[in-house]
Parts: sequence; C-alpha cells; structure tokens
Amino acid sequence: MPARDRGSGHRGTLARPARPGWAGRAGPAATSPPRWEGPAVVVEDLRKSYGAVRALRGVDFEVGQGQVLGLLGPNGAGKTTAVRILTTLVVPDGGRALVAGHDVARSPAAVRELIGLAGQATAIQEELTGRENLDIVGRLYHLDPKTRRRRAEELLERLELADAADRPAKGYSGGMQRRLDLALSLLSRPAVLFLDEPTTGLDPRSRLAMWAVIRELVAAGTTLLLTTQYLEEADELADRIVVVDQGRVIAEGTAAELKGRVGGEVIEFQVLDRTQLERAAAALAGLSAHEPSVDPEAAHVRLAVGERGSSSLVETVRRLDAAGIATEGLAVRRPSLDDVFLALTGHGAASSDGPPTPTRPRWGRGH
Amino acid sequence: MRAEVDPLPPVVRAPSVATAARSALADVATLTRRELLVWLRNPSLIFFTFVQPVMFVLLFRYVFGGAIPVRVPGGYVDFLMPGIIAQTSAFASFGTAIALARQVQLGMIDRLRAMPIARSAVLLGRLAADTARLVVTVVLLLGVGYAVGFRFHNGIVPALLLVVLAVAFGAVICTVSGFVGLRIRDEEAVGSFGLVWLFPLTFVSSAFVPVTSMPGWLQAFAKNQPVTIVIDELRALALGGPLQLHAWQSALWLAGIALVFVPLAVRAYRRA
Repeated sequence: MPARDRGSGHRGTLARPARPGWAGRAGPAATSPPRWEGPAVVVEDLRKSYGAVRALRGVDFEVGQGQVLGLLGPNGAGKTTAVRILTTLVVPDGGRALVAGHDVARSPAAVRELIGLAGQATAIQEELTGRENLDIVGRLYHLDPKTRRRRAEELLERLELADAADRPAKGYSGGMQRRLDLALSLLSRPAVLFLDEPTTGLDPRSRLAMWAVIRELVAAGTTLLLTTQYLEEADELADRIVVVDQGRVIAEGTAAELKGRVGGEVIEFQVLDRTQLERAAAALAGLSAHEPSVDPEAAHVRLAVGERGSSSLVETVRRLDAAGIATEGLAVRRPSLDDVFLALTGHGAASSDGPPTPTRPRWGRGH
Repeated sequence: MRAEVDPLPPVVRAPSVATAARSALADVATLTRRELLVWLRNPSLIFFTFVQPVMFVLLFRYVFGGAIPVRVPGGYVDFLMPGIIAQTSAFASFGTAIALARQVQLGMIDRLRAMPIARSAVLLGRLAADTARLVVTVVLLLGVGYAVGFRFHNGIVPALLLVVLAVAFGAVICTVSGFVGLRIRDEEAVGSFGLVWLFPLTFVSSAFVPVTSMPGWLQAFAKNQPVTIVIDELRALALGGPLQLHAWQSALWLAGIALVFVPLAVRAYRRA
C-alpha cells in the first residue's frame, strides 16, 4: 500500500482544510519515509488473556503506511492491550502482529527501533525541564549531540513548548505535559506512531490543541494508530476506524460510514412522566428514517435524525408539545461512541461489561 | 483480513557483541545521569537523604548512647558510627523501591521498555546513581561522626575499605529494594513494606547495641544475619581487630544476595 498524499485532500468524506504540513515547512518531516513494503501494522487473529479475563479474542486489522487508524471502544474493550502488544510490552497468547514488517513477538528489538509511543503513560521526568527530557530520550535513541539538539529545538517549537523549554515539566499544564510526551515519542522519527488515548483527561481546550498537533503530524504523512473512547476524536483524526468491544472487532470503516450506521445526529430527551414514554415515542414516528429508541429505566428517548438535526429538533418540539408531553434535557447532538454501540450491539458503550484493561493511572494535572 | 506481507522489513542494525555492550553502557550512563539530575533537582530528597542519618547519629550519640555500655576504644561513638553507616546505607534503598514503584505506576517503565535500550540499563542506571549517592552519604556521615568524636583507629586503607564495603552493602540492598518496588508497584505499599523488612534487619543487629545484650533467642538471629556480619566487618575496619573471617562472610553474603536479586529484579522489570 503506497503512502498517501495527504496534501491533496484524499481523505474520503472527512473533508478538512488543507494545512501546511510539517514537511512543507523548513526542516525535515516529523517521521522518516517508509522503508519497507506492505502495511505499517498487520494484526491477525490476535489473542491475549489475563488470567480468566480475555482481553483480546481474535482481533484483525491493518494500518497502511501513512494511514491513520482509530481504534475506538469503551474502557476495557481491549484497545490498550492491542497497543501494548504492538509496542512489544506484552507478548500475545496467539495470532500474529507485524509492525513495520517485523513480528512483534519474534523481533521485538527491531520493532522498538521503529516505533514511537505516547498516551496514557508518560515518559516525562517531572523534575527535569522540557529540553532536558528531550535530551535524555535523544541520548537513549543514540542520536548524536547535534541531531539531538536540532530535533529537540524543532519539536519544542512545533509543539509550542519553546517558551517553557527551560522550566521543569512539573509546572506544565496537563496539555503541555502531553505535548512534551508526544515530542519525546517523535524524537526518533518513528516509522509508526502509537497514541494510546492521547486526550483522555484533558480539558476541552487542551484537547483541541492536541488534535491540532496530531493533525499536523498526520498531514506530514506519519503512520499513526490511535486509541480513543471518543467517536468525535476518531472522526477528527482517523482515516479509518476500527470499533472494538469486549476483545473483538465489531465494526470497521470510515467515520462517515460509522455515523451512517448510527443514523447521523441524535435527538434525545427525558420524559418527566414515565407513563407518557410510549406516547412520546409514538409522537416521533416517521420524523426520521430511524425508529426512536426508548430506555424505560431512565425514561429516556433517543432518535437518530441524519444530517437534519436542527429542523428535526424544531419538529420534535412541535410534536411533543402537541401531544402535551413534558420533557427535560431536549437536545440535538453529534453521535457518540455510545450511539455507535447502541446501533451495532444493541447496548450502550457504558453498559458494555467487557473485560477490564489492566489499568494504568491516568496522568496529567488536569488544568 | 489477511495480507501478504512482502518480506522486506526495514534494515535495523544488528549489533555485534562489542557494539551492543557499548550501547548498553551508554544507556546506563544516560539513565544514571537522569536519576542524579532528578535527585539534584529535588531539595526535599537531598534533605531527607542527609538529615535523617545525621539525626540518627545525634540521637544515638547523645540520647541513647550514654545508657549503652560497650567495650571499644573511644566509647559508644566509635561503636555507633559503623552501625549507623550500615543502617543508613540499607535505608537509602527505600528511595530505590519507591521511585521504581512510582515509575511503574506512571507507566514510565513501559515507555522505557518500548524504547530500543538494553533490558538491564534502567536498573543498572538506577543502581549506579544510588551508588553515587551512597558514597556521598557515607562520606558525609563520617564527617558528622568526626564532629561528634568518632575516630578511625586503624589507618587510612581500612578506612577507605570501610567506605567501599558500606557502599557495596547499600547497593546490594538496593537490588533487593528494586525487586520489591517493581513487584509491588504501589508507592505506599512499598514504603510500608520497606519498614517491615528493613527495620528488623537493621535494628536486630549489632548496629546500635552489642548483640550479647539481647535475649538468647534473638541473639541467634542477630548474630548470624548478614547486616550484623557486615557491621562487624565495618567495625573491625574502623577500630582494628580480626578482619578476615567477617570479610569473607560479608563478601559471600553480598554476592549471594546480588546473585539472587539482580536476576529477579531484571525479570520483574521485563514484566512490569
């Protein structure tokens, strides 16, 4: 699979303004050009159990060179386990995983030379400054002093950390720490980058900033596998999305395809008087191509309305009002992971009782 | 989905043994540097590294010391210093265990394991940094000891050997603590567990009182456990007396502990 030209808008339905990629600016690209044939990541029938907990029960997917794959699923779906196997931290029980052409179980050392990892865990030493952290990691990758310094400066500049470069990372905000951590993972110019829930725990503003940074990487042709619990995030960043649940792949496609299966935007509300729940659902019949779904316990109704959110909202209000049904929290919103799960599995993501991922504490200071 | 993968993986340097060793050494040096930088940036760490042992010296010298009869040339302070040096070296390993547990918790060990660095480099780097810190601590303690009346009675070479043995002892205890930290992986639990094994081991020894003052059943343990053996050798080096027996026993104990716990710690690191 050839590396794709990201500058010319071949991004399917994920239209996105053309950005000047890193490659387009002064200095070399963030990652090295592909050096092997075939996909960047191949996962075949991958299995892993922790005791009785079956974290992965036979997972298959591929990431082409220069592609961005979003591994989407709730907590405990197996995303982190998959990333841990692909980054050589855990040996799979069965199946096969290739990264940049190397088998992760048979030649982990070769894989480690070619990957970058950032996300939930941190490689930052808080007592050291941003620049010192980069210097240490540069030394660990055996970069010569000049290269080390040049790349560090470049990354500090591009990840907007230049002003804070000589301050201890302890004082960085959560967003800055994540960016510094990302910089550490980019220092070696990895052929394949893994980002494990890169924005979990960040406030909305820091999340947007992180997205912007990742988008630049992507524009420069980085091969990226990212895991996320947010459909919106996968939609923003990924070419293709693989949805995992309870250690299995339950869907795969572009964000647009997945959203199509959900039925687009969602109108939802709560009925104040539970006895009116059925009547409320009936009142909405025919409003969109989809059937309203009712959660009797929460007295909650949701209806997928395609791309016509606002006009459908007005119509919903009109019909409920005409039927004399009092509601609370009536809103139209973009589809979430929960909606995808509801559409694909019949249960929401939150109620998925998948096996727990071996947990690592979240880091970041949350301000 | 099955893909035929063209077997043309990127060229990754396949290092010779010498190159691999050189690169492992470079990794150890980098990680040692990192640990020492962290230590230097942490005033509270420095403070506790030094203040606690100094406090112990003063406490035993001036508070308990008068009540403890010993038969050594310069009185209790000469008896005390070798003991306190060993106790401090052992307690220094607390930091090792806690720091490693914290790094596992934060996922930092994971990140290091995903990098192309020698498997043993993280532990060896830490050990090297701990050793450097131990040298500083032991020298500082000797300085404080001199200020409160302690004197070497056996010449300069044994005095230097005392520093070497005390540091080696501390480093070996660090390998045990390193294993504990990597296995327990919880900062607080590691701290409590450290007290559980380090306190009895260092206090039920000849560190602060003559073993003969303990009840018979306790003497049996106190006399023969490695901390006492090392302390008796330290004392012989400082004050004079028969060196050889305890020297051999100390060396065997330290080598034995290291032989067991270094592989265990490396294994725990791989599985962290």
